[in-house]
Amino acid sequence: MSGPSRVSLVEGTGLPLRGDDIDTDRIIPARYLRAISFEGMECHLFEDDRAQDGSHPFSNPAYRGAALLVVNRNFGCGSSREHAPQAIQRWGIGAVVGESFSEIFLGNSAAIGMPCVALDHEAVAELQAAIEKVPSTAVRVDVAAATVAAGPRRWPARIPPALQEAFVTGAWDATGLLLERFDDVRAVAGRLPYVSGFRD
Amino acid sequence: MGHTLFRKVWDAHTVRVLPTGQTQIFIGLHLVHEVTTPQAFDMMRARGWPVAFPDRTFATVDHIVPTRERTRPFLDLQAEDMITALERNCRDFGIPLFDLSSDSQGIVHIIGPELGLTQPGMTIACGDSHTSTHGAFGAVAFGIGTSQVRDVLASQCLALDPLKVRRLDVGGRLARGVYAKDVILTIIQRLGVKGGVGYAYEYGGSTLEAMSMDERMTICNMSIEGGARVGYVNPDETTYAYLEGRRYAPAGDAFERARAWWGRMASDADAAYDDVVRIDAAAIEPTVTWGINPGQSVGIGEPIPSADRALPNERASVAEALAFMDLPAGRPIRGTRIDVAFIGSCTNARLSDLREAARVVRGRHVAPHVRALVVPGSQNVRAAAESEGLHEIFRDAGFEWRGAGCSMCLAMNPDRLEGREICASSSNRNFKGRQGSPVGRTLLMSPAMVAAAAVEGAVVDVRELLAEETVAAR
Repeated sequence: MSGPSRVSLVEGTGLPLRGDDIDTDRIIPARYLRAISFEGMECHLFEDDRAQDGSHPFSNPAYRGAALLVVNRNFGCGSSREHAPQAIQRWGIGAVVGESFSEIFLGNSAAIGMPCVALDHEAVAELQAAIEKVPSTAVRVDVAAATVAAGPRRWPARIPPALQEAFVTGAWDATGLLLERFDDVRAVAGRLPYVSGFRD
Repeated sequence: MGHTLFRKVWDAHTVRVLPTGQTQIFIGLHLVHEVTTPQAFDMMRARGWPVAFPDRTFATVDHIVPTRERTRPFLDLQAEDMITALERNCRDFGIPLFDLSSDSQGIVHIIGPELGLTQPGMTIACGDSHTSTHGAFGAVAFGIGTSQVRDVLASQCLALDPLKVRRLDVGGRLARGVYAKDVILTIIQRLGVKGGVGYAYEYGGSTLEAMSMDERMTICNMSIEGGARVGYVNPDETTYAYLEGRRYAPAGDAFERARAWWGRMASDADAAYDDVVRIDAAAIEPTVTWGINPGQSVGIGEPIPSADRALPNERASVAEALAFMDLPAGRPIRGTRIDVAFIGSCTNARLSDLREAARVVRGRHVAPHVRALVVPGSQNVRAAAESEGLHEIFRDAGFEWRGAGCSMCLAMNPDRLEGREICASSSNRNFKGRQGSPVGRTLLMSPAMVAAAAVEGAVVDVRELLAEETVAAR
């Protein structure tokens, strides 16, 4: 990744992917983690699900070029593999809209500049149905305003406030911030008795 | 009002509140393995950063290592590349590595405790969701992704939001043939696979107090399967007794000072919780999953659920799971024919797990149609088991006895299911395709239940085999 940049607005067409509890083993099967870079991860996105379901949305030409992925509950549960959001982002997705997300997936997505924003069940259902009906529907995730819009409809979205701030200010790549006051880090380490092996 | 262990650890490790509103938390122990770190080390090199605290960082190899033929170079060239990359990264950045030639090599969540690296009151991070295992010691331990691995390497810190704390009060004595695995599967079944999102789970109560460290690790290990990134047990005498004398644990006077500090980090008696759930452990049966997530389980005496009887918002998930598993709704899970039996993983591959499984298979034989393997969680576990003769019991019964690694839990090495095989597995995830075949099927259960299924060739109630054993002993 290059340096941090602001992520305040993601717009484009959507890709509806229905189902609760879609785990990261399904997003990217473990055999594709046998690599020392993330390059080409997108080629194996949902590979096994797609092989078993010819009508999988990621195989549907109508959704080619989508920028927003629209999912249901507990998306990205399971393994902490960052390969999952990496594969999604490298496929071309800029933000994920869903009913809820696993915490690790949400954190990993944030760390690579891909917001995960939550809508109510009804709003997600309406959005998924609208995209399925008209795949060219323009969808717009406004991170700064915490809203998701599609055509004439607009819904309030939930984004953890700290992540919203990080996306809008471009501070989602946290390393720089974490290194800013390294003396403070040393001070905390110095106060923790186990760091010195409980020496007197 | 007192505080929880989570809150005390959080406060003790807080560096500052970041401008974004997240908290900068110091990470006391960073564990590293070959799969989720090569890209992080590359980012470190690209930015010219050193590892901030190499002496608080430890590495091992577990996910991709072959468990049958461990000589280098591996036949699997991708695996060889990954191991080579980790060796180079550890050398370049000054990180100790327990590699294949080390007696201490093994699954990262098994060797941390074994070496005494895992201690109460710490924050522990690792690029693996089962890092929650270390919470058994009263640490706040959680999985992270590769970019966060880079953050920890560079700064020994993470930017985090605090969690709420749910107390799981587990009371009562476990029935014979019922294990920690059955308790955690039951908890996940009750609270759901997303029930823990936003929470740290604090496990306590008389059942937990009576458990060994091995059992507590099994419980904490699967917290993430219930959606909770963090799960922990308050440290007590069992914890301290386990730690004393371990290689990286404090010794002598330092141990006494450590013990006092560890005790102070435990939750106060009047700590406030965001939620409290009570579980009656005495009522728990041997538990088996029938579906495609770890919350989809039943007691051995219960039928496989049907979609039309499920809650409306669960119906689609149940139908999807039954279609994938091709199991008959309404019929008992007992009697389901299996093809493979796998005893292993960071959930259940410690010495006590192997002892319980060996007790079941002793003097019996694996059913002719079943492929069965035991993969000890670490080389230490393997050696200890061999010194008790457990390997001979398993081999005599027709099990393969392997070297340490993650193996068929996630099938990144040559150990995997073929086609539609059904595996009775002591691991932690029954996701579609998890064990290496895209259409393979997993039934999660305790190691003793896996052993029983291997012998019978089908899912069976382990208590029946244990009862025969009692009769024979008389």
